[in-house]
Amino acid sequence: MVMIEIQAKLKRPHFDLDVSMVLSHRVTAISGPSGSGKSTLLNVIAGIIKPDSGRIVINGECVYDDKKRINKPIYQRRIGLVFQDGRLFPHLTVAQNMAYALHLVPKAAQQFKLDDIAHLLGVHNLLTRYPRQLSGGEKQRVALGRALLCSPQLLMLDEPLASLDEALKNQILPFLKLVADQINIPMIYISHSKAEISQITQHLVNIQSGKVVD
Amino acid sequence: MLELVKFTPAELAILALSLKVALFCVVLILIPAIAAAWLLARKSFVGKSLLDSMIHLPLVLPPVVPGYLLLIVFGSQGFAGRFLQEYFGFSLAFTWMGAVLASALMAFPLMVRSVRLAILQVDKNLEIAAQSLGASPLRVFFTITLPLSMSGVVTGLILAFSRSLGEFGATITFVGNIENETRTLPLAIYTFTQMPNGDMAALRLVILSVLLALGALMVSNWLERKASLRIGHGDDRNSG
Repeated sequence: MVMIEIQAKLKRPHFDLDVSMVLSHRVTAISGPSGSGKSTLLNVIAGIIKPDSGRIVINGECVYDDKKRINKPIYQRRIGLVFQDGRLFPHLTVAQNMAYALHLVPKAAQQFKLDDIAHLLGVHNLLTRYPRQLSGGEKQRVALGRALLCSPQLLMLDEPLASLDEALKNQILPFLKLVADQINIPMIYISHSKAEISQITQHLVNIQSGKVVD
Repeated sequence: MLELVKFTPAELAILALSLKVALFCVVLILIPAIAAAWLLARKSFVGKSLLDSMIHLPLVLPPVVPGYLLLIVFGSQGFAGRFLQEYFGFSLAFTWMGAVLASALMAFPLMVRSVRLAILQVDKNLEIAAQSLGASPLRVFFTITLPLSMSGVVTGLILAFSRSLGEFGATITFVGNIENETRTLPLAIYTFTQMPNGDMAALRLVILSVLLALGALMVSNWLERKASLRIGHGDDRNSG
């Protein structure tokens, strides 16, 4: 059973983040207008931004607790991230990008094979290409595959479709839905688009001005 | 005319010595310069601006000054010089290794500048992405940051190499002008200009220097183009 517990406070000059939530569904969407703090929240969970105080537990593993002085670095949290801009490594081929994490994860902990994921996401014909030779939609699918292949205990997608046009979005959404439905990894999906979210999950958390609203 | 491009063994020996000093110089500074560049580009720490200034000092000082300081420290009376002499039985002053050290000191800031600029241009978000995939900071450096700043490393190496070939002031101050030991191209040219009837010999070495510098620049351009092609700059196939 999935259990992600997040309590985090963060004070910034023009922005306060103060959230407390427990996510128990496999796929949860976090939504809110731009500037609401949803990306900040993602960065806090991933370990990119350190909150002032709080506690973050993912599947029973505490990755941050200010009172116990626990603050695991990003690379030990095993959270797969997919960003709006893909962030593929430009000097590596698609196959090398996707395989980047493979030898960082012990064989026993590896949940997927590169070939399977490449087929699932329909990028198996692109493996020898470089990111600059990919379309925006292809880049996002490779980025998703790369994140899955690090065998994460949590997958977080931050507006993965926001930089794509409508036609491309509709091409990628089925893949996201496929991953959400078929792959047994908890997933947090961040988006400001209700239409997008409704295709992925019914479990929605709304954030406004750094706080969870009902 | 052919005489101008057919070099004598003595001239080739000067060239060989210069290349040896320059090669050892870039090998010596490669790793420290990359480390310093990374520190200055990616870390903030107490004394950073002091370190930055210290590294760049040789660039703005008259080269005689670093040369003289080296002589004070590594000369036969200097504390480091005496230490080396006593425990390792060798001296840097007035040897080709001293010439390597002098030119390394002068070339170091050029290498650091070039690599730092390249590292600053590497998207930090790529480093974060690599960390999120489980790569430790050290692995991120070697698999992401360094490969993506390779063009800066190459430029820095060529700059440092050329600087070392051209090093005059610090070298002559620290290790003198000893034939077959520390008399590199610029020192040899200088020596010939001080000799009656040395004009022709000086001119021939000047031509050699120009050819060498041109060659280094062309190699650098070629390598840089290769490096930037690899990471996708200067390629217009980008469709997304």
